[in-house]
Amino acid sequence: MKPCALAGFASEAPTFSSLEALPGDLSDWLVSFLPDIEWLRWLTASLLAIVLILTVFGLTFAMLTVTERKLLGRFQNRYGPNRVRVFGIRVFGFFQPFADAVKALTKEDIVPAAADKVLHLLAPVCLVAFSLLGFAVLPYGREMTLLGNLDAALLFFFAATSASELAIFMAGWSSRNKYALLSAMRALAQLISYELPLLLVAVPAVMLAGTLSLQGIVLSQADWLGGILPHWNILTPWGFAGALIFYIAALAESNRCPFDLPEGESEIIAGFLTEYSGFKYALFFMGEYFGMAALAGLGVTLFLGGWTAPCEFLQFIPSYLWFYLKLVAVVLSFMWMRATLLRLRMDQLMRLSWKFLVPLALVNLGNAAFWQFSSNWEGAWLAARWAISLAVAIVPFLLLAKTLTAGLGPRQYRYA
Amino acid sequence: MTPLHLCLIFSALLFSLGLAAALSRSSSILVLLGVELMLNAANLNFIAFWRFSPNPEAGHGVLFVLFAIAVAAAEAAVGLALVIAVYRHYRSSCLQDANQLKG
Amino acid sequence: MPDFPLLTLGVIAAVTLVSAAVAFSLKNILHCLLLLVVSWVGVAAFYLWAGAEFIAFAQVLVYVGAISMVVLFAVLLTRQHQPEENSPTRAFRAWGALAAALVATALCAAVVATPLEGNSSADAGLSVRQIGELLMGPHVAALLIIGVLLTVALLGAVLLAAPDAPKENFPPKTKP
Repeated sequence: MKPCALAGFASEAPTFSSLEALPGDLSDWLVSFLPDIEWLRWLTASLLAIVLILTVFGLTFAMLTVTERKLLGRFQNRYGPNRVRVFGIRVFGFFQPFADAVKALTKEDIVPAAADKVLHLLAPVCLVAFSLLGFAVLPYGREMTLLGNLDAALLFFFAATSASELAIFMAGWSSRNKYALLSAMRALAQLISYELPLLLVAVPAVMLAGTLSLQGIVLSQADWLGGILPHWNILTPWGFAGALIFYIAALAESNRCPFDLPEGESEIIAGFLTEYSGFKYALFFMGEYFGMAALAGLGVTLFLGGWTAPCEFLQFIPSYLWFYLKLVAVVLSFMWMRATLLRLRMDQLMRLSWKFLVPLALVNLGNAAFWQFSSNWEGAWLAARWAISLAVAIVPFLLLAKTLTAGLGPRQYRYA
Repeated sequence: MTPLHLCLIFSALLFSLGLAAALSRSSSILVLLGVELMLNAANLNFIAFWRFSPNPEAGHGVLFVLFAIAVAAAEAAVGLALVIAVYRHYRSSCLQDANQLKG
Repeated sequence: MPDFPLLTLGVIAAVTLVSAAVAFSLKNILHCLLLLVVSWVGVAAFYLWAGAEFIAFAQVLVYVGAISMVVLFAVLLTRQHQPEENSPTRAFRAWGALAAALVATALCAAVVATPLEGNSSADAGLSVRQIGELLMGPHVAALLIIGVLLTVALLGAVLLAAPDAPKENFPPKTKP
């Protein structure tokens, strides 16, 4: 079959090991039972790939919810959920998500009388749909992307995920609840401000790879120095600074603590989730986790080498497993942040983005340009290259960090 | 009727929808959105002509649309800032209320 | 990939036009905006249909991701609490619609009357790299001007929307 725009998981990969080509081979084997009509086979292969991705990430979502609750429990010196048992088997409570799903499905679905019924229903659906769109272009492994090797994959990713802001706004506005509307405004302001550093920091990776295709960006990092030191972007000065900024912005984009102001339960009940119950609430949860996983996947692709192995001799482990491991590691670190940091105030949130992350991202762009310009320096010049690049990464950080909180010392609160 | 004709008719209809909105609605925001839609219809024409041109490699249509989208973004930002400035004076975003220069 | 080019075009055009038409006949501005977003996405789908991937994604990014957000902010900041007093009359609306209908008829008639020979066999898309080379090559002046334009527009928008003059008690002091 000729590779076309949407080819499913093509099995044309150079076979590194039989495991490496397993998804492609499996899909080809299943498709070979069908009559030899091209469009039917194409459709089935695509559907199989989509179903596989949905299953894997659906199960990941379920396991991540229970992992997060258990981890938070441990961080706070208590057991997490550990009661659910199926047929008398209790796997440390890891059956919890299935119990949660049954609970969410059987709960009463309450819609406020004044609510905008249509939008109230559409909002959670849209959120899940938009956050799933991002998965269409992530490179899961060698030759493994849903939309083939799309030329403008990065642009597609940002275009698809930027629509989820609209869904959150729909939820907040259609509830006809002051707190929900406040939270929608907060969410809009936050998502707009943090989208900027996110985009700006993705640009250097594009610049050095010379392509907007995510698969191309991964391939540009698929090399090892002496077989053990990977050529990942995070191991360069601009890449490290960029990865940090990306991490912070991704936390904010996925509404995670310490940036969960839209849901700030101590201030505005549950924000845009206030008027949602039952399965719609579960859908919001799902959308949030899918969005988080998609952003983590993008971060892995841009800075952590995507599906490439950290050492050359570790290549016997299939590429899609590497991608998955890295993605889960990043998501787990998100959870760690949630347990560690306090929620920001709204003004701190805005200041952090506009006065700190955006300028740093712009400087980082220049730094990456210098890195590209000096790519053929050698010997003593190589040391100079690293020194200059490190200085450009660190000095603005220190200077800006000093001015960020200057004159804003501990607040004096006076009460009437 | 070639496909190009269909594309052009599509764009003409979209343009007139935008025009209808700009002419008959009173909310300044909706008028602005109508103008945006008209701009979109023009872009649509550029892409249609590029797609069916004898040498699409030159890419003039695509580049023009790229610049037009950037200009549209600038237009929306300035236009909505104007809407907010007007609202601050008249406490209304209705175009008929901003009538101080009316003779 | 199986494709039915004209059928796809028809579906895209129908979705875009219907959502735009319904959008402008609704009362609630937010409903209008959300339907218009559908119509913008329809236009992006047309770009995809025509093989201009990059433009399609840029359209979605700018219109759905940026312009709709700014419009939402504007709508929320200019909420009207009292019913419109100076709302246009039915005649005013009818005249607007009539003028638009006339323009539509004229445009369609002109399009139909013009003999156009589309080179529909060519299936050459423009890769992102080609667009980049065109932008940084022959069109670099336009690119720079757009950059300047966007900066000026941004500054202008901030100045226009900012409060007129800093008041005496700005920022507001908390009362003891």
